[in-house]
Amino acid sequence: MGNLPERQKGDSPKEFSTLSSRLIRRLYTPEDTADLDPDKDIGKAGEYPFTRGIHQSMYRGRLWTMRQFAGFGTAEDTNKRFKYLLSHGMMGLSTAFDMPTLMGYDPDHPIAGGEVGIEGVAISSLSDMELLFDGIPLDKITTSMTINAPAIVLMAMYVAVGEKQGLRPDQLGGTIQADILKEFIAQKEWICPPEASVRILMDMVDWCSKEMPKWNSISISGYHIREAGATAVQELAFTLGDGVAYVEEGIRRGMDVDKFAPRLSFFFDVHNDFFEEIAKFRAARRLWARLMKERFKAKNPRSWMLRTHAQTAGVSLTAQQPYNNVVRTTIQALAAVLGGTQSLHTNSLDETYALPTEEAVRIALRTQQIIAHESGVVGTVDPFGGSYFVESLTDEMEKEAQAIIRKIDEMGGMLRAIDLGYPQREIIESAFRYQRQVETKEKIIVGVNDFVSEKEPPIETLKISREAEKRQLKRLSEVKKKRNARKVEESLTQLKKAAASRENLMPSVLKAVKEYATLGEVVSVFKSVFGTYKDPGHY
Amino acid sequence: MERKLRILVAKPGLDGHDRGAKIIARALRDAGFEVIYTGLHQTPEMVVNAAIQEDVDCVSLSILSGAHNHLFAEVLRLLKKNGCADKVVIGGGIIPPDDIPGLKKKGVKALFTPGTDTRDVVDWIRKNVKPRRL
Repeated sequence: MGNLPERQKGDSPKEFSTLSSRLIRRLYTPEDTADLDPDKDIGKAGEYPFTRGIHQSMYRGRLWTMRQFAGFGTAEDTNKRFKYLLSHGMMGLSTAFDMPTLMGYDPDHPIAGGEVGIEGVAISSLSDMELLFDGIPLDKITTSMTINAPAIVLMAMYVAVGEKQGLRPDQLGGTIQADILKEFIAQKEWICPPEASVRILMDMVDWCSKEMPKWNSISISGYHIREAGATAVQELAFTLGDGVAYVEEGIRRGMDVDKFAPRLSFFFDVHNDFFEEIAKFRAARRLWARLMKERFKAKNPRSWMLRTHAQTAGVSLTAQQPYNNVVRTTIQALAAVLGGTQSLHTNSLDETYALPTEEAVRIALRTQQIIAHESGVVGTVDPFGGSYFVESLTDEMEKEAQAIIRKIDEMGGMLRAIDLGYPQREIIESAFRYQRQVETKEKIIVGVNDFVSEKEPPIETLKISREAEKRQLKRLSEVKKKRNARKVEESLTQLKKAAASRENLMPSVLKAVKEYATLGEVVSVFKSVFGTYKDPGHY
Repeated sequence: MERKLRILVAKPGLDGHDRGAKIIARALRDAGFEVIYTGLHQTPEMVVNAAIQEDVDCVSLSILSGAHNHLFAEVLRLLKKNGCADKVVIGGGIIPPDDIPGLKKKGVKALFTPGTDTRDVVDWIRKNVKPRRL
């Protein structure tokens, strides 16, 4: 205590910065926000430019959707987990698919060995999709599906399951990720080259914009961009940059921007730096609103609104002292709520080891419920609005992200930038810089490079047996035996014709999946027409 | 004359999480090793072929997809089958502690899980992988 007054005289010599290495000042004052116009830049919640949130009353009117990501083993296994989560108060389903499904392979393909049902649920044909949603009325819940390269196929299967439940496509609500550009930038589960991939995706978006007014047809995702190592501003810029590319493509195809823009949604990561994250959500809303209104001349206020799902940062979790991850997740979830998210997934404490156990998922869900019902932060809208610090950060981040988007425009757009390796290179540079900062202790990670415990008792982790792979292979061969081989063949030939022409692919894909053509078969048609994409492998 | 250590950094299987692999590849290169990176979505056969063609001393596998038990075993089996059991196989990624003893028993020499300092990987390689003489 003796030297406390001494220390209060000035800052310690070290620099203070955010997680993304943005220098921050000791004290923020009205001078820091003097350039901001309170009406034009901050405004009111529920009004352009939506800095303070997209709804007037925010969580007073309705809480965010608590949406935990789930999927493992076969469709029956995941159906059970879905029902467990729904019975514990989850409000929407969120489907994790396994690696072979994400990459468009059937489980009997050699490269699928060892991965079937391990990291998500294996869906190879409509038969699996029927089992996945068995006993779950699709008009009563909303579903999110994290699928990208083969999104059009899974979307068609979902529509077909709806039909079997007697539902029209316009009665189905939910979100399909379907963000192919971020696959080339960060997540890297691609199938066809970028240009063809965008065409396949936009055919689906076009179809959904006409047939499924309640469906979000792209969830433009920064999550994977951040997890791959991007800073908060890079996440903001590359994600909104992808959004710009989709809107440009839609307009180029002759779609009315106000018809499809209201069905675009976003997905952001929430990392540990509390204020940087809150500011990121606020900056994202303002920047998107301005892009949509000023650049794309959208007229419908719903086209201006950036609606987002958020997920706490998987990459921030540590294998060391794993219970600390509950605390990290709480801080991150709180930042997402204070940033005004519409939907949230909280990670489980054991995810640096494996997919979560039921107990770990329950704690993660309870974290959201405690924030919603006990913390009191839902009582007022955008409580940090007007904070000199948060407004100043919001403004800086928006301007920096804008500058990156301008740079991408100058390169000729996002497809060209990806082709040049620009976002990929920027992200890996940031990842490497951060790793250095951790290794030199410039950034402290509790339990990893400081406050380390020598002996740690092991925690229980979820084991997923290879049994799922056997069951999946068996079901696939049964489906192939039962279906009408001639009709499958015809539907795939028809699809190939559509792919080679400029016809919208969605009706042909729908027809093929209803004949129980497999995911791998449909994707093989795409590969035969469009080719496959190979990793350039730069590091 | 001793030559530089040659290390293959490989991503077997289907997962696209290459942040760790790329960080390791760069850290090893900065430490003075010769690094060959396979890129994503490699089958065990592709990894072993690359290891043989590039005549590497060490194969470093990065796996986050949960398929580590299958993929490590396949790479080790194919190396042995091709008379290359002398190549040191190490790995990293999301690997539950329970799986580590089994993988080591199969012949994986070292496993580096999340939170690893890249300098520890470099030190381990310097100590445990001997470059062959020309």
